[in-house]
Amino acid sequence: MPLSMKHLLGLEGMPREDIQLIFDTASSFREVLERPIKKVPTLQGKTILNLFFESSTRTRISFELAERRLSADVVNFTADVSSVQKGETLKDTVRNLEVMKIDMVVIRHRAAGAPHFLTQFTNANIINAGDGAHEHPTQALLDIYTLREKFGTLEGLHVCIVGDIAHSRVARSNIYGLQTMGAKVSICAPKTLIPREIEKLGVGVFYKVDEAIKAADALNVLRIQRERMDRGYFPTLREYREHFGISKERLKRIGKNITIMHPGPINREVELTADVADGETSLILQQVLNGVAVRMAVLYLLGTGN
Amino acid sequence: MKIKSTVITKVDFERTLMRLAHEIIERNKGAETIALVGIRTRGEFLAKRLAEKISKIEKKEVKTGFLDITLYRDDLRHRFDKPVLKGTEIHFDVTGKDIVLVDDVLFTGRTIRAALDELIDLGRPATIQLAVLVDRGHRELPIKADFVGKNIPTSHLEEVKVMMQEIDGEDTVLIVEPAEEKS
Repeated sequence: MPLSMKHLLGLEGMPREDIQLIFDTASSFREVLERPIKKVPTLQGKTILNLFFESSTRTRISFELAERRLSADVVNFTADVSSVQKGETLKDTVRNLEVMKIDMVVIRHRAAGAPHFLTQFTNANIINAGDGAHEHPTQALLDIYTLREKFGTLEGLHVCIVGDIAHSRVARSNIYGLQTMGAKVSICAPKTLIPREIEKLGVGVFYKVDEAIKAADALNVLRIQRERMDRGYFPTLREYREHFGISKERLKRIGKNITIMHPGPINREVELTADVADGETSLILQQVLNGVAVRMAVLYLLGTGN
Repeated sequence: MKIKSTVITKVDFERTLMRLAHEIIERNKGAETIALVGIRTRGEFLAKRLAEKISKIEKKEVKTGFLDITLYRDDLRHRFDKPVLKGTEIHFDVTGKDIVLVDDVLFTGRTIRAALDELIDLGRPATIQLAVLVDRGHRELPIKADFVGKNIPTSHLEEVKVMMQEIDGEDTVLIVEPAEEKS
C-alpha cells in the first residue's frame, strides 16, 4: 500500500490514509531503534542526498541517522562550503547532482517552493526538510505522532501552538496535519507574530497564553528568535517571557500541568523555563526519538518499489 | 480462485501440529533451550499453537516471538506496492538459544533467508532450526526445513493456501488455481 505521492513536499492536502500509513510504519521502526544492531538492509544501494542550504544540526542528524539505519548511502551538501558560494544556481546544483544518479533528495532551503521547484529537474524522490516559512512536514509528522502516542487518539484533541506563528513552517505543517487527523487546533501569540487572515486556516486564536493553557490539551511551543525582537515584533525577550513564556510557576498558578512540546532548539528561560522543558509533562525528548522513526518511515515508503 | 484439492483436513491439522511439537522436543532433548519465532503472519499463530503444545507436554513455558521480515526482503526495489509492516516482537535475548523458526509454507526459501538475516542482527542464537507446516518444493536458495508437517509437490502455477482458525475461521490447507496474472 504505497503513499499517494512520489514526494513529501508538505502536509497541506495530504490524505489521512497517507499520514496513518506513515504512523503505522514508524511504529515498526521504533522497534528497530531498540535493537542492538539498529540497522536494516532495506534501502541498501540507494543514494540519498541531504541538500541543506540552511544550517541545521538537529534535522540533518535526524535524517542522516534515519538514512544510515536503513543502510542507504548518504551524501551531505552544506551550502556554506560549496559552489553556491561561487554563485551556482539551485537548478544547476541539482542538475549536476542528478547526473550522478541520486535516488532521493532531502532539501532545506530558505525559499518557499524550492522543493517543488526541484521536482522538475530530477527523477529523485524529494523530501522537504523546511522551505522558508512554508512547511516542514517531517517535523509536524513527528509532533503529531508523539501526541498520538501520548493521548492514544488525535480525534477531538485540542492542540495549541504558541509562539512566532507568522514565521513558522513548523506551525503551518502542524496546522494542516493536525486538522486532517481530526484534532482541534489553536494558536497563541502576540498580534505582531500572527499572520493576517489566520482564521482562514480554521484555527482558534488566543492572545493570552493563560487562556490557551486552560483551553488546550497540549501546547506546542515554538522558538522565539532574537532577530524578531531586533525588528520590533516585540519589545524584549524578557517581556516575551513575561507574557508568553511557559513556566512551572505559571502552570501552578493556573492549576494545570499541561503537556508540553517543542521542536527545538529551545531558548531556555525565554519561551520555556528549564523546569518545564525538563519536567514530567514534557514530550521534547520523545519527539526527538520519534523523529528518527518517522523519518525512517517516510524514506522507506518513498524509497522502496518505484 | 478455484480449489483443486484439500491436502490437510481440519483433523489432520491438529495431528500434524502435535507430531511437529513432539519432533521439536525430541530433537532438542526437551524444551529447556528452545524458543519459537513465528514468521508473520500465519507463522505467528502456528508458533503460538506449537508453543502451547510443547509447554503442555514438557510442563514448561516456551518463549515465543514474532518476526516481520518485510524490511529484509530481497525484492523491495522491484515491487510496486509497499508491503505493510506488521512489526517484529521478540522480547527475549536470542543469543545462546536454539531458535525454531516457524512458518506455514516453505517455497523458494527467500522468506527464510530474510528471517535468518534479521534473527542474526538481533543476536547470536546457538542454533536456528526451521519448522514448516508445508514444504511445496521449488527452492531457489539452499534452504531446508528441519521439521516438516507435510511435503506437497506442486507446480509453479499452483498456490498453496493455508487457512487458520485465527484468521480464516477454519484449519485447512488447500491447493488452488491462482488468480489472474497481473500484467
